[in-house]
Amino acid sequence: MSLAPARPSACPACDAAPAAEALAARVPLPGAKLLVSVPAVHCAGCIATIEQDMARMEGVNSARLNLTLKRLSVDAKAGLEAQDIIARLERLGYEAHEMDAGTISMTETDRQGRDLLMRVGVSGFAMMNIMLLSVAVWAGAEGPTRDLFHLISALIAIPTVAFAGQPFFRNAWKALRAGRMDMDGPISFAIILTLFISLYESLLSGEHAYFEAVVMLIFFLLVGRYLDFRARAVARSAAQELAALEVPRAIRLQERRESVVTVTDLSVGDVVLVRPGGRVPVDGVVIGGQSEIDRSLLTGETLPVFAAPGHNVSAGEVNLTGPLQVRVTAAGKDSSLHRMADLVANAESARMRYTTIAERAASAYAPTIPILSLAAFVVWYWISGGDLRLSMNIAVASLIITCPCALGLAVPAVVTSASGKLFRKGLLIKDGTALERLAEVDTVIFDKTGTLTMGTPAPTNLDQHQGEASRVALALAEASSHPLATALARALRDRGVEPAPVEEITEQAGYGVEGMWQGTRVRLGRAPWVGAEARNVTAAYLAIGEDTRAFTFADQLRSGAAEVVRALQEQGKSVRLISGDVPGAVRDLAARLGIPDWQAEALPQDKAQAIADLHEQGHKVLMVGDGLNDTVALSAAHVSISPASALDAARAASDMVLLGRDLSPVADAVRMSKTALQRIRENLWQSGIYNAIFVPIALFGFATPLWAAFVMSISSISVTLNALRLK
Amino acid sequence: MEVLVILIPASLFLGLLGLVAFVWTLRKGMYDDPDGDSQRILDSRYDDKPKPVAPEDQSR
Repeated sequence: MSLAPARPSACPACDAAPAAEALAARVPLPGAKLLVSVPAVHCAGCIATIEQDMARMEGVNSARLNLTLKRLSVDAKAGLEAQDIIARLERLGYEAHEMDAGTISMTETDRQGRDLLMRVGVSGFAMMNIMLLSVAVWAGAEGPTRDLFHLISALIAIPTVAFAGQPFFRNAWKALRAGRMDMDGPISFAIILTLFISLYESLLSGEHAYFEAVVMLIFFLLVGRYLDFRARAVARSAAQELAALEVPRAIRLQERRESVVTVTDLSVGDVVLVRPGGRVPVDGVVIGGQSEIDRSLLTGETLPVFAAPGHNVSAGEVNLTGPLQVRVTAAGKDSSLHRMADLVANAESARMRYTTIAERAASAYAPTIPILSLAAFVVWYWISGGDLRLSMNIAVASLIITCPCALGLAVPAVVTSASGKLFRKGLLIKDGTALERLAEVDTVIFDKTGTLTMGTPAPTNLDQHQGEASRVALALAEASSHPLATALARALRDRGVEPAPVEEITEQAGYGVEGMWQGTRVRLGRAPWVGAEARNVTAAYLAIGEDTRAFTFADQLRSGAAEVVRALQEQGKSVRLISGDVPGAVRDLAARLGIPDWQAEALPQDKAQAIADLHEQGHKVLMVGDGLNDTVALSAAHVSISPASALDAARAASDMVLLGRDLSPVADAVRMSKTALQRIRENLWQSGIYNAIFVPIALFGFATPLWAAFVMSISSISVTLNALRLK
Repeated sequence: MEVLVILIPASLFLGLLGLVAFVWTLRKGMYDDPDGDSQRILDSRYDDKPKPVAPEDQSR
């Protein structure tokens, strides 16, 4: 069954800019249903804690946690935002991400899933009932009793096939009209032909009728389809409905009036206002205001950059401290964001469509089914000297036995088992072929900022600043929303420091914070501004009168980063680090994690080029990254993973998404993908061997309905059990 | 063999009953969260009296 991808993959970066209508339609409804993804829930305690806490929350009508999808759905009164719920969950100790409840695809997914499950159920019950009658026939019912049982079986089988077989008939018809040959063609052919011949035989009081085999075939194939569907639906609903964090709107300034417009409505020469904390919507030149700009998503630089009139800014950067007026120099198609999207589209078209092992097996196997049965028919017609009924019966027997019951289950059973286990560890597989591709990987490339590190600085030398200095620093730091200041304030608070009584605190956008403390002027900010000597590391400088000191910072390592790098190296993968950040920071991190191979100041194109070069040399690359600057590399790589905190575009471009903050599932995934691929191969061999044994039996005319039923159930169950062995 | 006249309709009826029960559970959304249901049984909140049914759950 082919499911259309929920997102157009040709342009992941475009996903960062949904249409204006969609935004306008997002009016909070009274009593809206809010959906929040909570990746860390795992037990009865989590369910009780979260649901009880939610019930106490103001504005919540009811809340229910779905543990299978790790998703909390809240029926809320108007005015309650998903952000409030996320904040509350984080206080409870669960990280949470917003999801877009308005997405149609989700209800569509539910509907399709139930539809398939219904067909599985109907065919299952029909199979059991027919089997009851068939056992009697096999046990030796003769004459009119046998005919009666066959006819009752037909009565059950025909409506069942008409209802439960629809997915196959529909796909087969679609493929036939497009002139293709896929697995559903022979399957539908076998189902319909066998049903007709069996009915004909029963009416003529023949000995063999294959009703139970037909229904059993449909049942097992549908189970395979359902597993396949379920694995994809779980991944899709969580990965792609994590709502866009940023809004692609801009505040346009016209004759001193502010108006909110969508980014697509802007043209070159317009002036837009970018508030602190907002994302720069276009490429442009600063014409008013001073601030600092966080470029980490675009370039991977950890340190904020100073911005004042005359400086260039690019779409995607985040304004930190002061409001900026920006004159648009490039909007829409010419902006750096769109150029990135073009690069992504190029990289995607260069990546060849991956043919999975199941598709290869199916395309080799599909034509042999009708050919074998046709051959059986022709040969037996010739041998028996024109006995149409006998040769038809043998043809049908070989048709139903060659039908790939186990083949339909061989791959989905393994993929479901593997992706379920990985989902529980916090990794979500978005693309069905990703697991197979991951198994072939021999090189792993990590991005630095936001991937191996959290992208948030942490102070490193607080022990050198005791007493008054730290209290003054805390008072000043709490007045600013600059990332270094907030990190400093949090760290000092955690140490139990109380702020000093600093008065007249003002923030100089782009420079720092100043105030008066016991009659002396105190400043916290950039080195030249406070009068300190700039150091070679990330630091905030504090001046109390003439006395200056530096608080140094380092980027926080993501939890599990060191373990992942070690585990991957132990598995014999070559691990590399490619970052857009300055060489000093990249070298430090590489040394800390023991990565011998690193590259700094890499542009998005450089990252993609590095991957292309490796592919050229015959390596298969796994890219792990989170930023806009990684999207090209993510879509160029053989397979890619991004954390849930990554930008929308990066998540859309990657094949797997890490749900939690921990990086360690990456190593598990690489290991598990190898075993999974091995299980898939074993399963395909198993079903092949069954066929190799029983097809000759059918061709020589010894096959009976009992044999067909036996072979089908044994092979299907054995491949499923083999899949469950996966650890 | 006269017993078949009773037994066959009886078996078909029981099969149909099972199917109807299955359709009912499916419509009620009982397969939506198998992991959660297996954990919820350990929750002692609703041991004494059942959970009050929220209006939107009734409509399902």
